[in-house]
Amino acid sequence: MNGESLYPRLEPLLAQVQKPIQYVGGELNAQVKPWDDVAVHWALMYPDAYEVGLPNQGLMILYEVLNERPDALAERTYAVWPDLAALMREHGVGQFTVDSHRAVADFDLLGVSFATELGYTNLLEALDLAGVPLHAADRDETHPVVVAGGHAAFNPEPIADFVDCAVLGDGEQAVGDVTDVVAAWKQQGRPGGRVELLARLARVDGVYVPRFYSVSYGSDGAIAAVTRTRDDVPARVGKRTVMDLDEWPYPKTPLVPLAESVHERMSVEIFRGCTRGCRFCQAGMITRPVRERTITGIGSMVDQGLRATGYEEVGLLSLSSADHSEIGQVAKQLADRYEGTNTGLSLPSTRVDAFNVTLANELSRNGRRSGLTFAPEGGSERIRRVINKTVSKEDLVRTVTTAYANGWQQVKLYFMCGLPTETDEDVLEIAELAVEVIRAGREASGRKDIRCTVSIGGFVPKPHTPFQWAGQASAETIDSRLRLLRQAINADRRIGRSIGLRYHDGEPGVVEGLLSRGDRRVGRVIERVWREGGRFDGWSEHFSYERWTAAAAEELAPLGVDLDWYTTRERGQDEVLPWDHLDSGLDKEWLWDDWQDALSEEEVADCRWTPCYDCGVCPTNGTEIQIGPTGRTLLPLTVVGR
Amino acid sequence: MARQPEGPPPPPTVQKLRLRYAKRGPLRFASHRDLARALERALRRARVPMAFSAGFTPHPKISYVGAAPTGAASEAEYLEIGLAQRCDPEQVRAALDASLPPGIDVLECVEAAEGSGSLADRIDAATWRVELPGVPLAELAPAVEAFLAADVVTVEKRTKNGLRDVDARAAVAGASAAEEAGCAILHMVVRQVTPAVRPDDVLAALAAVADLRPPSPPRAVREAQGRLDDTGTVADPLGPDRVAGTRCQGEPAAV
Repeated sequence: MNGESLYPRLEPLLAQVQKPIQYVGGELNAQVKPWDDVAVHWALMYPDAYEVGLPNQGLMILYEVLNERPDALAERTYAVWPDLAALMREHGVGQFTVDSHRAVADFDLLGVSFATELGYTNLLEALDLAGVPLHAADRDETHPVVVAGGHAAFNPEPIADFVDCAVLGDGEQAVGDVTDVVAAWKQQGRPGGRVELLARLARVDGVYVPRFYSVSYGSDGAIAAVTRTRDDVPARVGKRTVMDLDEWPYPKTPLVPLAESVHERMSVEIFRGCTRGCRFCQAGMITRPVRERTITGIGSMVDQGLRATGYEEVGLLSLSSADHSEIGQVAKQLADRYEGTNTGLSLPSTRVDAFNVTLANELSRNGRRSGLTFAPEGGSERIRRVINKTVSKEDLVRTVTTAYANGWQQVKLYFMCGLPTETDEDVLEIAELAVEVIRAGREASGRKDIRCTVSIGGFVPKPHTPFQWAGQASAETIDSRLRLLRQAINADRRIGRSIGLRYHDGEPGVVEGLLSRGDRRVGRVIERVWREGGRFDGWSEHFSYERWTAAAAEELAPLGVDLDWYTTRERGQDEVLPWDHLDSGLDKEWLWDDWQDALSEEEVADCRWTPCYDCGVCPTNGTEIQIGPTGRTLLPLTVVGR
Repeated sequence: MARQPEGPPPPPTVQKLRLRYAKRGPLRFASHRDLARALERALRRARVPMAFSAGFTPHPKISYVGAAPTGAASEAEYLEIGLAQRCDPEQVRAALDASLPPGIDVLECVEAAEGSGSLADRIDAATWRVELPGVPLAELAPAVEAFLAADVVTVEKRTKNGLRDVDARAAVAGASAAEEAGCAILHMVVRQVTPAVRPDDVLAALAAVADLRPPSPPRAVREAQGRLDDTGTVADPLGPDRVAGTRCQGEPAAV
């Protein structure tokens, strides 16, 4: 428990593994604080490879917020690749942080951010490498408190046995509250041991401690009831919402890795939340309401971040960035400010109905003109009404054609396959759309070398969305529709050669579906898969569908349920869902009505511009939509040394 | 029809600077690509007025000379940068060093003397110091002797084109064994050849001739690079620029 560095023992192992740089830390803007100077020690984990985890905004934000506190320190740890894991086991070196190479087991808390459920086996691997008991019930007060966060924490039931608590919603303020509780408990001499600490944490707003809730099951296999086992914990746990993003301008000094990472740019979150109401989108449902960062807040974060990092590109992040009330001015004024500096701006993807050429030109004015990405998600107008992402085929073709006519050569279109009510015809319309886009694009641009990439993945129903009741399409259905789509695209080679198709097989989606809507019984499947070597399930070269299906069959059969029960089965209105006691603010009745509207192809408008439709979030959480325009202007920067 | 980038061509290079830097400590595990990325970003952070290539994706003018392998530390890595505006070399050195993570340390910066030839032409060998933890001197010394006594020591090495046999002996201009704090040290001068012979290859050669198998991975440091002279030492590749630099000094711009 002394925070001693493991580096002298780790170093000889690093000489024997692939890409050792990912384990040494020392990134620009990394922070190292003396162990004994602080009361509370946090290890923050992204349960995937360093190259994927390092750019994660959530982890970077918490890392800074915690390290700014005089009484706390935070260090980062990532999933270790099997080559190093084997050497660590052989030489008795535990899971370590990259900042100071301290043993994760020495920390007071291990916070793990789950952007996707496919990181669950990596959590078990990290706990085991750390020497921390896998099961929360087997830990004592010498072990770190394992805290899950991120979007997957809105249904942490499949990992309920392995985590001590889960934090729902925005973490900026919640980690501070948790730190206060741990500091006080330690300062008082750890009264009541681990159980008392967890009981105190369970009373923090947004913190769910699974061990204080018991789950019973009915004869049909479904949950009968979830009941709390102590009176002093909430019957339902609510989520945290940060209301003024300008007050939380994090990360201020983003980490810059030496190693290559998946995002070679810095990011500024320009708003949080989304009320477009796309029915498949868990992020849009659980992060409501919309809270914009002001244009001046964005400007100062971009300025500070670029100075601190030296990046050449700034991503303006959010769930639908072109919807920021001042996006036109943000893009123009930033482009003015960075004129002549080779600094590019980018939006992760653009709604077809929010795109305009002026905006796109401003974004690429000083940097490289990268491709454009649109996400129609559904192939036919009918299915787009079902998912509530309505855009007409004409508008789509016109928008993409405009982009080609204005010099863009490459357009990427994102779609999903396996959506509720979907038929083969809905998916085949993607091919028609792509063909028409290329035909119209060639005509409008007068060029033959334009390209369109269709990127398509299987849809996975998620908790806290109107589709939480939907039956998931089987892997065979997905694969067969993707085959039909490929044939349709290639039917006319003269057009088809300008269309690229990128797709994911249906199998990983089935496992993601099991983990997304699973209950506590799924925990034993995860453990079994990990024991049989399952790691890095988000990587096709490591993912084994057979391992998952075999483990699911054997572990679930004695319980009277199976993989299909969790995935392809449609749920009824009265079924107790595993996450019903976790409150995203969304009213379950509204979600059900929205599900019914989906089935009858009825749309719902965005509450930013039309009246409230009573999803329930604002009244439940005492929040409200915060949008501009502010009408403010960015001042020119004082240029130093140029 | 070839498209042309819009706007005027980028400003030309008005000054070339040559830098020596070290990679130390844990950052010995950085690959050349990692270092190149870090250096490019640091040049931006330090606001060094780089000259850029023309084209749709302008690149800063940087050329690297013979990077040390991943896992090897170095006190003598070199690069050359082209500037669009004249700067004081020492200010560039300090600003760049301050912008890099500790462990990548910029040690020297001089202006390239005009007409003095390329930096790469001044480097054909390197001196290495390899620590062999757990190996006694009494084991290393005879191994080195046996290696030097051999005419050819063939080792297998992984290259881009698969496994390949190379003669490690031919590349080694000199080698000796020493001891520091109970740890055997291998000193050697290795010529630049193709395919490259690296410290790992020489260690493989020691295993081949004398069955020397270190119990834990050796730590290699490149101490110097330069042109190998008749006495078996390598000359400072920045020497000619430094001499020229003392003779004429332009008006430096602020960094």
